[in-house]
Amino acid sequence: MSKHTLSVLVENKPGVLARVSGLFSRRGFNIDSLAVGETEIPEISRITIVVNAETSPLEQVTKQLNKLVNVLKIVELDPAVSVARELLLVKVRADRTQRSQVLETVNLFRARVVDVAPDTLTIEATGTADKLDALLRDLEPFGIKEMVQSGLVAIGRGSRSITTGAALRAA
Amino acid sequence: MTRPTPETLANSVRRHRPAVVEGDPSDQHHRRPRAGAAGDPGAPLAESPARTSAVGGRAVAPVAVTGAGALVKSLEALGVEVAFGIPGGAILPAYDPLYDSSMRHILVRHEQGAGHAATGYAQATGKVGVCIATSGPGATNLVTPIADAYMDSVPIVAITGQVARPMIGSDAFQEADIQGITLPITKHNYLIQTADEIPRVLAEAFHLAATGRPGPVLVDIPKDVLQAQTTFSWPPTLELPGYRPTLHPHGKQIREAARLMTTARRPVLYVGGGVLKAGATEGLRQLAELTGIPVVTTLMARGAFPDSHPQHLGMPGMHGTVAAVYALQKADLIVALGARFDDRVTGRLDSFAPGAAVVHADIDPAEIGKNRAADVPIVGDARYVIDELIEAIRAATSGQPGGTADRTEWWAQLNDLRKRYPLGYDEPTDGTLAPQYVIERLGAIVGPDAIYVAGVGQHQMWASQFISYEKPYTWLNSGGLGTMGYAVPAAMGAKVGKPETTVWAIDGDGCFQMTNQELATCALEGIPIKVAVINNGNLGMVRQWQTLFYGERYSNTELGTHKHRIPDFVKLAEALGCVGLRCESKADVDRTIKAAMEINDAPVVVDFVVGKDAMVWPMVAAGTSNDEIMFARGVRPTFDDDEL
Repeated sequence: MSKHTLSVLVENKPGVLARVSGLFSRRGFNIDSLAVGETEIPEISRITIVVNAETSPLEQVTKQLNKLVNVLKIVELDPAVSVARELLLVKVRADRTQRSQVLETVNLFRARVVDVAPDTLTIEATGTADKLDALLRDLEPFGIKEMVQSGLVAIGRGSRSITTGAALRAA
Repeated sequence: MTRPTPETLANSVRRHRPAVVEGDPSDQHHRRPRAGAAGDPGAPLAESPARTSAVGGRAVAPVAVTGAGALVKSLEALGVEVAFGIPGGAILPAYDPLYDSSMRHILVRHEQGAGHAATGYAQATGKVGVCIATSGPGATNLVTPIADAYMDSVPIVAITGQVARPMIGSDAFQEADIQGITLPITKHNYLIQTADEIPRVLAEAFHLAATGRPGPVLVDIPKDVLQAQTTFSWPPTLELPGYRPTLHPHGKQIREAARLMTTARRPVLYVGGGVLKAGATEGLRQLAELTGIPVVTTLMARGAFPDSHPQHLGMPGMHGTVAAVYALQKADLIVALGARFDDRVTGRLDSFAPGAAVVHADIDPAEIGKNRAADVPIVGDARYVIDELIEAIRAATSGQPGGTADRTEWWAQLNDLRKRYPLGYDEPTDGTLAPQYVIERLGAIVGPDAIYVAGVGQHQMWASQFISYEKPYTWLNSGGLGTMGYAVPAAMGAKVGKPETTVWAIDGDGCFQMTNQELATCALEGIPIKVAVINNGNLGMVRQWQTLFYGERYSNTELGTHKHRIPDFVKLAEALGCVGLRCESKADVDRTIKAAMEINDAPVVVDFVVGKDAMVWPMVAAGTSNDEIMFARGVRPTFDDDEL
């Protein structure tokens, strides 16, 4: 089994996410991560799905996905030629005695403090899953009160755009 | 031909009074070819992106109507001749303009009947079948026929009422999320949000149902949308940017397939229902005769190739002929046309056709390589695939039939198997009537022009084995889902679509008790179908498995239709406005069938009381290899070339 990142361009219509995610569960796939948002073309949304699967079952689920009427295009992103990021928001215990140490870690990871309370700091960080894991490991000793992570979003390197063809059809 | 019934008389009076509909009444009688490929097998297929494709039909200038009016006008503009349905609260606004429409509405007794009738209509005519139900229970009663149509790729459009938009999600009376429920069993579905989009959505629904790999499409319409004011005009523009079925195969793959087909020594044409859907049966015959390759037709493809043709080995699979199963198993080349390597055909997949290269042609790319890896994948409509294969093979062999390979030995083996292991059955020793005999005689007397519609179980298998299908679209059944109760309503739909054709439902006593109330519909609406109930008093196929695999422990398979004659099918038939006949002996079989054939002004039910111990053979037990095929109980065929 290996991780695959799929970028799925879909019509921006109600219920499309349910069709896509339902297909994965129905065909026995576990979605590791999922992120949805509008693209530069408002009529098109982009779903980024990370799925752990063998190559041939993945090919089958991709073909089934392509059959969904609202799906415009599917591209598997090769990690070597794409940029992938996740977003992390984490609330760390940090009273006066610990605050400077926490801030040092924040700077080390080029993260940002987005909220301050007398006994906590809320930190925002983006990066690869590995980087965010490392940050969390460093923050753990201070005490993590709450955290939330986004699904992975990814985009291919270089000047080519995967929306071009789909845009022509949907526009 | 048909006896006037209270309903048909009332309908004809209503239809002859002056139209009171909005707009131009002359367009009420307008008919046009279906938007899609499956609608008319002879029509050219549109391949351009659906976004720009015109819906066709005569233009209708904008006219003010309600949403319900727009719905009925859209159905009329799409050329719908008949819809099967039942009204109820949420769909009620649609039934008002329907009252004045030229489109025939057949009031069924259960929504499941409406769904299967739409399926039977579609399978018999190639047009899109239409069924209508209200929200909640009306819609959920359509779930089984929709799933059935999905598994067998039948083009139907289901229209359901929904509670008013402000009430959606509030657990309102008769609310069910039918769009969510049918997500995995429809090709696509819609929950309409505004009355303005009704014509476009209906046009899209028909286009999706009929083109590419056909399938069911559901359109859910909230009551307030049906009541809202809107403007209707025709044709609308389809907005389907993500829908582009591939119809024309890739030339390189066709040439590679043609090369294999001319050089293989043990090839088989494995023909599935897709060939019927594509209207490619004439091309198939040419291809088979050009190459001399043996043909097997799956349960969904019976009738796609004449049973009497010398190259036809019969049906493959769990209850297929020994020759057909063996041919696939020992083939060096399988050419799959519109077939999907279903588990009922392949048996245990890892031991299926171990020595065969596979050419797999299907209109649905997701079918290729799904169960069995394809050496030559071909995505395309079976009609184009077959036509282009014929051309490529003609070019490759420069007119020499059969190509270069010597297949004398292959045919000798297959002919030997056909001779040694023909389809057959043993006469019961207990004096009971053999069900196979009844079905065999039915096929012989009624002939190849009739349409035969089966339920699910032993009678279905015997009907697929012992009737000779010579023509396409004469065999309808529930193959993929295996829906008991399919036969009566599907036969009703087929008869509505083909009123001049004799339609026989061949049903079991178990199946028949699931949907026979539609006989009341048939009697009232003047739909004279004929039903042969193969009554063995049991859930026969389940009983057969209990005999073979559960030590003859007959848990809950005895129905009492023999022992207690409950229900009495003759009395039941009469109560439902049909003619009821009964046949209990071999001597009476021909006479009874002929008597049923004489009656053309009312539905007929014949209760054939048959023995309960007959079994369907040959058989490949579920989960075992096709190599383990049993010709009869305890009889394994001997293959003198097992070293192959």
